[in-house]
Amino acid sequence: MSSFSVTEPSKRSKWFAGSLVILYAVITMIPLAWIMLTGFKSPADAISYPPKVLFEPTLEGYVNLFTTRTRQTDEFLAANPPETWYEDIVRQYDMVIAGPSKFGERFLNSVIIGFGSTFLSIFLGTLAAYAFSRFRIPLADDLLFFILSTRMMPPIAVAIPIFLMYRQLGLSDTHLGMILLYTAVNISLAVWLLKGFIDEIPREYEEAALIDGYTRFQAFYKVVLPQAATGIASTAIFCLIFAWNEYAFAVLLTSGTAQTAPPFIPTIIGVGGLDWPAVAAGATIFLLPVMIFTVALRKHLLRGITFGAVRK
Amino acid sequence: MSETPVSRAARATPPTVARKIKGLSDRAIAWIFVAPTIFLLLAINIFPLIWTIRLSFTNFRANRLNREVEWVGLRNYERILTDTDIWLNMQATAHFLFWTIFFQVLIGFTLAWLINKKFKGNDLWTTIIVLPMMLSPAVVGNFWKFLYQPQIGLFNYIIAFFTGKDPSSFEMLGSVDLAPWSIVIVDTWMWTPFVMLICLAGLRSIPDYIYEAAEIDRASKLRQFFTITIPMVLPFLMLAVLFRGIENFKMFDLVVQLTGGGPGSTTELTSINLKREAFEKWRTGYASAYAIILFVTVFGLASIYVKALNKVKER
Repeated sequence: MSSFSVTEPSKRSKWFAGSLVILYAVITMIPLAWIMLTGFKSPADAISYPPKVLFEPTLEGYVNLFTTRTRQTDEFLAANPPETWYEDIVRQYDMVIAGPSKFGERFLNSVIIGFGSTFLSIFLGTLAAYAFSRFRIPLADDLLFFILSTRMMPPIAVAIPIFLMYRQLGLSDTHLGMILLYTAVNISLAVWLLKGFIDEIPREYEEAALIDGYTRFQAFYKVVLPQAATGIASTAIFCLIFAWNEYAFAVLLTSGTAQTAPPFIPTIIGVGGLDWPAVAAGATIFLLPVMIFTVALRKHLLRGITFGAVRK
Repeated sequence: MSETPVSRAARATPPTVARKIKGLSDRAIAWIFVAPTIFLLLAINIFPLIWTIRLSFTNFRANRLNREVEWVGLRNYERILTDTDIWLNMQATAHFLFWTIFFQVLIGFTLAWLINKKFKGNDLWTTIIVLPMMLSPAVVGNFWKFLYQPQIGLFNYIIAFFTGKDPSSFEMLGSVDLAPWSIVIVDTWMWTPFVMLICLAGLRSIPDYIYEAAEIDRASKLRQFFTITIPMVLPFLMLAVLFRGIENFKMFDLVVQLTGGGPGSTTELTSINLKREAFEKWRTGYASAYAIILFVTVFGLASIYVKALNKVKER
């Protein structure tokens, strides 16, 4: 520091604050690190006492996650030697791979529904936010509050009539049904956040464009959209994370074709209740993209969380 | 901001000029832009809500469509409000709400205050702390169940290591005394970062010159903390409490995966109980009345709280 400042904390207090925060961060990471480690353990190592930090890593959990297996007779096993490394792993338990598990499908459903609903929320949300930001809409404040208040409802309360409605319309357990539902849930936050970002763009830019002969639509997508790009991107991340993580609607309204990963992962444990490595592997694959996202995009994300809460 | 030719030209233009330009009228565009959102919310939020209100006055059961539906007036509401089991669920929810908010505010504010000391690398560590809140609550609940296993779980092992107890002598999820705390611990682990981030925004919004002025007046650091830092952060903190309060009142996914409401009904929060009534016992009419009561409760409490918040902001 070149100049003395009364608000700059002393070196000692910085060091003290830093070590406490790092200590907290390390403690908070232990459960996550543990679950990732467990994914590489054998079922026996996963439930050993005392818990093992050092162990021989294996991909058994991942193989069990992606496959279904059946027990076979000795003659069958002798007649059909394993051909691939993953069959090798399964053979230790006198089993053969019967086929792929449902995890891949469920994961793909999460991707489709997550991106589909994010796209729709952002598309509709940007239009609405622009209108609320730029035009005089009768009862605008009431409408905005109405849009936000829909988020206060417990998901189960909304789920009852939606369950009945979807059954009538044939939307239950479909991708489209889930995409529409998640869009409806996300759009309130999207409009709210996006209006904040668009409010910050000076009106003069569009008005200048209008005078140059642009129509409102052209001014909107040639002038406003590029300016709001960062805001739109960070809002999209929030919508995506919500749809990715959602459980209550997913467990009540989907069971097969459109089921997402969160209701599926807990069921991997199976009947015996001992296959923790496969559950851990599933959780790792499912959670890792979000973690990488968070770290990579931390600047926009952290600003977004506080921005959404703090504005107003 | 620097003056650009565009903005200079724009400022010179009278605002009425902009309105007379070709294309659809602004009014039409405004409605075209807002209508889909409003329509979607009406179809998937408001219409279902009205339907729930209607169902709440009937004895409808969604698993028996052929049965004749009767209007029962306010009987569902009466039965819910006089049911002692539901009051137990409300108590469990209140316990969960109070202690999660208490710990999250305490730890979250402390962390924000420490991070605001601007030590080297603070934003990387902030990001790491934030990770749990980005994850799927159901999956988190599921793997904490593993950590809480009495003999093999890491949580029990660590507690045993520091206290010298036998790790199989206590069950976080199986015991009536500990289960309500096990859900508080996981929720605090997951959501403290949220409170921390909002507090951090609050702390960063305090301009330096206020502290400089206090320093000139020779106010002690402790006094500065209580007369500047706390009052300036309070509105932010209250907002964080509001958000956490609403979210935790609705809490379902994390707890249902962790304890499923058990043992007995010690951790059966209202949402879990509601799900049981609606989708396991299929008492649709009754559950609808229950849902309306919960919604009115959250909405009422939140409105009162927002009024209080606005008063604090005005000061």
